[in-house]
Amino acid sequence: MLKISTTPHFQTQVNTRQIMLDVIIALLPAALAAVLFFGVNALLVILTSVASCVFFEYAVCRWWLKSANTTHDLSAIITGLLLAYNLPSSIPLGMILAGAFMAIVVAKMCYGGLGKNIFNPALVGRVFLFISFPVQMTHWPQPHFLNFFAVDAQTGATTLGLLKHMEPGTTPPEGILPSYEDMFIGNIGGCIGEISALALLLGLIYLLWRGIITWHIPFYYVGTVFILTGILYLLTGDIRYDPLRHILSGGLLLGAFFMATDYATSPMTVRGQVLYAIACGILTVVIRLYGAYPEGVSFAILIMNAFVPLIDKYVHGRIFGHRR
Amino acid sequence: MNKVKTFSMGGIHPNKYKMTSASPIMDAGLPEIVTIPVKQHIGAPAKILVKKGDKVKIGTLLADADGIISADVHSSVSGEVLKIESAEGGNGYLEDMITIRVEGNEYEETIDRTGQISRDIPLTAAEIIGKIREAGIVGMGGAGFPTPVKAAVPEGKKVDCLIINGIECEPFLTADERLMIEKAEQIVLGAKILNKALGIQNAIIAVDENKPKAIEILNKITKTYIGVNVQPCATKYPQGGEKQLIAAITGHEVPSGKLPVDVGCVVQNVGTVFAIYEAVIKNKPLYERVITVSGDACAHPGNFLVRIGTPISYLIEKTGGLNKNVAQVILGGPMMGSAVTNIHAPVTKLTSGILLLSEKLSHKEQETDCIRCGKCALVCPVGLEPFLIRRLMSEYQTDKLRAAHVQDCIECGCCAYTCPARIPLLDYCKLAKLELKKKK
Repeated sequence: MLKISTTPHFQTQVNTRQIMLDVIIALLPAALAAVLFFGVNALLVILTSVASCVFFEYAVCRWWLKSANTTHDLSAIITGLLLAYNLPSSIPLGMILAGAFMAIVVAKMCYGGLGKNIFNPALVGRVFLFISFPVQMTHWPQPHFLNFFAVDAQTGATTLGLLKHMEPGTTPPEGILPSYEDMFIGNIGGCIGEISALALLLGLIYLLWRGIITWHIPFYYVGTVFILTGILYLLTGDIRYDPLRHILSGGLLLGAFFMATDYATSPMTVRGQVLYAIACGILTVVIRLYGAYPEGVSFAILIMNAFVPLIDKYVHGRIFGHRR
Repeated sequence: MNKVKTFSMGGIHPNKYKMTSASPIMDAGLPEIVTIPVKQHIGAPAKILVKKGDKVKIGTLLADADGIISADVHSSVSGEVLKIESAEGGNGYLEDMITIRVEGNEYEETIDRTGQISRDIPLTAAEIIGKIREAGIVGMGGAGFPTPVKAAVPEGKKVDCLIINGIECEPFLTADERLMIEKAEQIVLGAKILNKALGIQNAIIAVDENKPKAIEILNKITKTYIGVNVQPCATKYPQGGEKQLIAAITGHEVPSGKLPVDVGCVVQNVGTVFAIYEAVIKNKPLYERVITVSGDACAHPGNFLVRIGTPISYLIEKTGGLNKNVAQVILGGPMMGSAVTNIHAPVTKLTSGILLLSEKLSHKEQETDCIRCGKCALVCPVGLEPFLIRRLMSEYQTDKLRAAHVQDCIECGCCAYTCPARIPLLDYCKLAKLELKKKK
């Protein structure tokens, strides 16, 4: 018997699972950096988060929807990793369960599962924890490189926190703000997955090389933040606006590379993605500089997530053979 | 050498599988019977001139073009007409076919069978077009549009660019590549003949970069033919699409709903151009063509010169037979060809390849939910949003299809090839096009 099919008769090897696997691989350098700087605590946070996300998705499929188990597509692992990356290493593990529940059950499965959710599940989980447990979520252990079992005793403010609470126009004493090198490598306080720009860049290069995402969202998002803070820095000379520090600190790189690029919650067309990324950048700067919180990436992306259906409806690319 | 050109929107890079690039064209030989369909082109079926029991020779006119958009059909063998009846073609549709039992190998006397290459073109434009018409030539790249119509400049239009399409961007196929390597000078002469018919002085032979040998040979030969140039193009699918090729070569986009001639271009496939040379210089009707028989389940793949009407099964037997690995047989390429339902159906003027695919390669995974990756829109060479068309079709919002520009779809299949959720996006696009036609 010969098979009959409609065209095309063969397809790329890359399926949904393969894409998710590539994203997981791209996220691994940041996991390594987290463990190197925050030791075994970071590892526990990551494992708890991933395990609970996968469990919740399995549980929803098995006992609530009574449908096929969708955890095979590996997307729950990504949500777990991203949620963990957005938490401090000192967070009590029980809270992670609550965050994972919000992320998977409420933000993902209640909307219909992979591809149908409007808001980025990991960010919903993070913001839920941030609002519910503000003390634990803003308790920042200092990094202790290669000292795996050190207790996260020393804490301090993040770079963005320091910048936020500085008197306008003053220069902080030597040694208060971390150096650019430390910020690039990840030797700074913060959420476990966001500290190392180097690790995140490696992940981005992998994603671009494998064709999982295009360069547009990361470039326009980071570029917008750089240009806006850069303009303010040039006009005022105030170190609070230092564009390099704004890029290297906080969750900007993690957000721009891995969360604003989330397929389900970003626009479908390149033009839409550019618009979305620039808006994310503007919102991030506005929240960071003029909002109550020192950090604005999560809120900026979640706010723009809500606009994605609108962007998809009105922003389209040019069609071949139609006027430019 | 010219700078490599390509089209700017979308496109994909499927595995090439060009295992027959170095296989010289071999004569496929004569089957016991041939079945020749009277419609191997776009337009009206040709009117049958022979009847059961008639003796025919190679090149005898079997059926006469019915109107302008139609094409003559000739016998590819010598022998006796056994029957004229409706039979199942390669993709399952019933077609009128003339079955001939092969006896001997006699040619019509008018055909010049010497291997000599004649470089003079002593004919006028009208005579050239007449010869092309008499030879029953149609676009051999797959579309099957009658060539005489395309070889003449329409009233009120101006043609300034002739593009010879030597792009073979479908995986597996190498028939055009071998033709360019082995019959390079004839193709260049064919281009000069078309130049004369169109009243212009130059032609561009577009070849994709993964055919360095063809490019080298054509470059050498075109040195002695003023006006004919070779243009390498990037290896990308669907580079061989007419509108994509024009965009790559000239930078002009054929406006939506218009023809290449509206931007002053005429595009002809290299196989067609070779057939034009043979028709005009050698008086040879189109009764045979080069076909790649290949596929990952094909034991002895190769390129063959095949008489039109030869059963597909004859070629399959010749290359190792239907072994247990064969899961699917494709006429043409794997991207745009059609699945074969009847392997005893004949090869036609439009058959560029016969592919035997294994279960592994032709396997289609279970469709899953769209993950909104946007890759379908990214790879579409027209800039459409296939995910949107699919949603409009499945929600039956057909009033919005025109605004989604479904009518501009070229059915290349890049979207469905790329979709990681294995959604048959091209099927939705084709349905949407039918839906739009119904509304007109």
